[in-house]
Amino acid sequence: MQKPIKPVFYMLLFTGLILLVIFLMQPFAIFKFYGDIDVLFPKGIIGLEERNLFLIVQALMLLVIIPVYILTFVFSWKYNANNPKGKYDPDLVDNSVAEYLWWGIPLVMTLIIAALTWFKTYQLDPYKPIDTNKKEMKIQVVALQWKWLFIYPEEQIASLNFMQFPKQTPLHFEITADAPMNSLWIPEMGGQIYAMPRMRTELHLIADEVGDFRGVSANISGEGFAGMHFIARASTDEDYHQWLSSAKQSSKLLNFEEYEKLAAPSKNNPVEIFQLKDENLFNQIIKKYMHPKE
Amino acid sequence: MFGRLTLDAFKHEPSQNSAVFMMVLTGIALIGLISYLKRWKWLWREWLTTVDPKRIGLMYIFVALLNFMKGFSDALMMRLQQALSVGDSQGFISAHHFQEVFSAHGTTMIFFVGMGVVFGLMNLIIPLQIGARDVAYPFLNAVGFWLFASGAMLTFISLAIGKFSAAGWLSYPPLSGLEYSPSEGVDYWIWMLQIAGVGSTLSGINFLVTILKMRCPGMTLMKMPIFVWSGLCAMVLVIFAFPILTATLYMLTLDRYLDMHFFTASGGGNPMMYVNLIWAWGHPEVYILILPIFGVFSEVVPTFSEKRLFGYVSMIWALVAITVLSFLVWLHHFFTMGASPHVNVVFAFMTMLIAIPTGVKIFNWLFTKFQGRVHFTSPMLWFFAFVLNFTVGGMTGILLSSPPADFQFHNSLFLIAHFHGMVIGGMLFGFFAGFTYWFPKFTGFFLDEKLNRYAFWCWMSGFLLAFMPLYMLGFMGATRRLDHYEASTGWHPLFVLAGIGALIILCGASIQFFGLFWSIFHRKKLWDHSGGDPWNGRTLEWSIPSPPPIYNFAIVPTVNQIDPFWAIKRGEAPPVEKKYEDIHLPKNTPFGLYIGVLTMFFGFAMTWYIWWLAIISFVSIIVCLIIRLSEKNEHDIIPAEKVKEMEAEHVRGPEAV
Repeated sequence: MQKPIKPVFYMLLFTGLILLVIFLMQPFAIFKFYGDIDVLFPKGIIGLEERNLFLIVQALMLLVIIPVYILTFVFSWKYNANNPKGKYDPDLVDNSVAEYLWWGIPLVMTLIIAALTWFKTYQLDPYKPIDTNKKEMKIQVVALQWKWLFIYPEEQIASLNFMQFPKQTPLHFEITADAPMNSLWIPEMGGQIYAMPRMRTELHLIADEVGDFRGVSANISGEGFAGMHFIARASTDEDYHQWLSSAKQSSKLLNFEEYEKLAAPSKNNPVEIFQLKDENLFNQIIKKYMHPKE
Repeated sequence: MFGRLTLDAFKHEPSQNSAVFMMVLTGIALIGLISYLKRWKWLWREWLTTVDPKRIGLMYIFVALLNFMKGFSDALMMRLQQALSVGDSQGFISAHHFQEVFSAHGTTMIFFVGMGVVFGLMNLIIPLQIGARDVAYPFLNAVGFWLFASGAMLTFISLAIGKFSAAGWLSYPPLSGLEYSPSEGVDYWIWMLQIAGVGSTLSGINFLVTILKMRCPGMTLMKMPIFVWSGLCAMVLVIFAFPILTATLYMLTLDRYLDMHFFTASGGGNPMMYVNLIWAWGHPEVYILILPIFGVFSEVVPTFSEKRLFGYVSMIWALVAITVLSFLVWLHHFFTMGASPHVNVVFAFMTMLIAIPTGVKIFNWLFTKFQGRVHFTSPMLWFFAFVLNFTVGGMTGILLSSPPADFQFHNSLFLIAHFHGMVIGGMLFGFFAGFTYWFPKFTGFFLDEKLNRYAFWCWMSGFLLAFMPLYMLGFMGATRRLDHYEASTGWHPLFVLAGIGALIILCGASIQFFGLFWSIFHRKKLWDHSGGDPWNGRTLEWSIPSPPPIYNFAIVPTVNQIDPFWAIKRGEAPPVEKKYEDIHLPKNTPFGLYIGVLTMFFGFAMTWYIWWLAIISFVSIIVCLIIRLSEKNEHDIIPAEKVKEMEAEHVRGPEAV
């Protein structure tokens, strides 16, 4: 066995350096990329709540992890075989107080985190309507190969890879897929939900500020998957109505036959706006899977 | 005649062609080398037909190493592609090929590296630690290995012939269904997993029975080394979880081959059923990989702290608790499916409960160091890194287990950073610790410590650099499996950083690889002169010479406490009485190898719809089994006199090897 050279020292130095770099870099990184760190700086109350839960749980976990780190270094230092000052007792193999303590502490921590999670899971249930006095807006989403179709049944329009809505208005998404399973995620507004063929999932989100948010598909769905992202634009009421009236003038019509053409696989689709000619389109898409294919 | 196999199957992209070229070249070089050294007979007699668990264990690790090279090249390709493919640039491989690469990376690393390493350690260590001369079912064990190896061979074949699956390592339908993946890729994936999975189930049964029935006299369950306990728990998981995988894959097979509709939405099937089933296997699988590593550290830490393990009973209860809980958490992999909060909350709670026994383990290891004499050999360095990384991984795990937070992290690179922290920072580092620790036991010499350290620092810093940026990328909304992204996302610098990290890991892995050969060439200098106990070990494997004789224990030990060998050395237990006896050992048999090769043909034939070959190979497998099972004379006897001679001879130097 070769004699070890002070590895604890190196490890301490190394970890210290990394921590230092991280701590020094963090304000810089956050300042520089503030606009890009969508999950930590969301623009909607749902995303904000989810972020806050994350930060609280993180802080609670650090209460356990930091002592573990400190103990790791202290014990490695103090009881290093090269350190003559360390006491040596090879038969110290159990201590019920200590063991109760470390079954107990994680148990208590877990219960706290679990209680918090319990409460928040119900509060942030994606199926639960958002509690505001404004009337919610219904948007039906279809994941296709490889593009997102947004249907506004009440406004009689539809759009591809783009959606616009007024800020501070709760959005009620109904989601399905006419393609391999996918997942609808707008990181700046809040959490995601799967889009699955023959299924209808729901998601409630809201944007508090005006802005263009990047929407992504979070589940692999085949070859064109990487190009399958969209823009979710939160605007003022006036801008939204302006967009709406121009959309209603669109020369492209969308009914079930046109939809079938649109649903054929294609990659990196540009934004398209349609007049919706079939209010029931979303249900028809789900119904496609209700009977066996020929 | 050849089913769907046409000449097109041999046409690939340039990057893949070079990989195939390298593979063929390596194969030819190996065959040439063996012929040049005239080692074919030796190879056949000592390795290919062996039923000795020590040999099988080393072969498991050899196959895992080969697959690691492949899986790691996949990882490098992904890192390179994601560092290059931003904005106008499309990177150096096509989207479809990129998807094949990450599917292959996950499949290879989990099934053929992770499982190979686990069963390799089981084979090498378990019989020695329980004082057994053999495993319960030596032939079953050999078959298990050869099925694993034939599954692994199929991954290499899929590189050269045809395409691999592009549906991710778990192949969720409908993407993996016939409609969206009509080519042979998913079929390759199905059959290599099916074959390796059956092998794992067989090996699991063998080791469960071995641990329960083959312990030496006096070794009650509560006197077993923790590594054996962890093996026992992992094997229970294997036996319960792998049949789920087998059944799920059969249903997917029926969907794809016979047009059934288990998972096809348009025929009344339910794709989400597949997601449930695959994770009902998939989550225990994670613990199958990590539990034995907990066992490894429970051996490494006490040995290098010159102390008994702190809280032995706690440790066992923690293992058992994890075993039970690991079956009750599978839904946390898809909180985003749209289940009601009643469902999500239960699984979130179950998942969080697992943190308790895991935390207990960390504390027990830490307090094993307390008032000990800690020697900072490289296995302890790996332990150090393990604690630092695994706790961070555990923390992010808890974050992911909280459904509302999970909605923002699911399928993002945050998730990728989390589970690589567990699998690399946990499992792989643990395996390296165990490998360095037990290496002298099976070879008689040490790995070069200096090179080990260099490798360690590369791995540690490379790992941090490669995966910490991924947490940040997750916060920035980057999802996994992207072959291309826009420049406006601001992700590019972090992807470049992660790529540099991967290159530093490459340095670490290369140093390890070099170190292995270096140590073999310099084995005389690195020879262990301690007579089989280089680290002042505590368990039975250190009480016999290294490398161990074929029968492991000339005299079956009797045990009356935990850490029996340490007790003898401290004078707390009587030394072993030298009374030799005749030893029965199973004869070598080539039927394990035959079955493995035939299964590979079967898998290949099924993938390409070559029905005649499938039928012939399947019937041949049955015939092989019948022949082998009707053999009468399965055992060799080593007479007591010979055992005495062999024992005397075993005190020998490097010249004998």
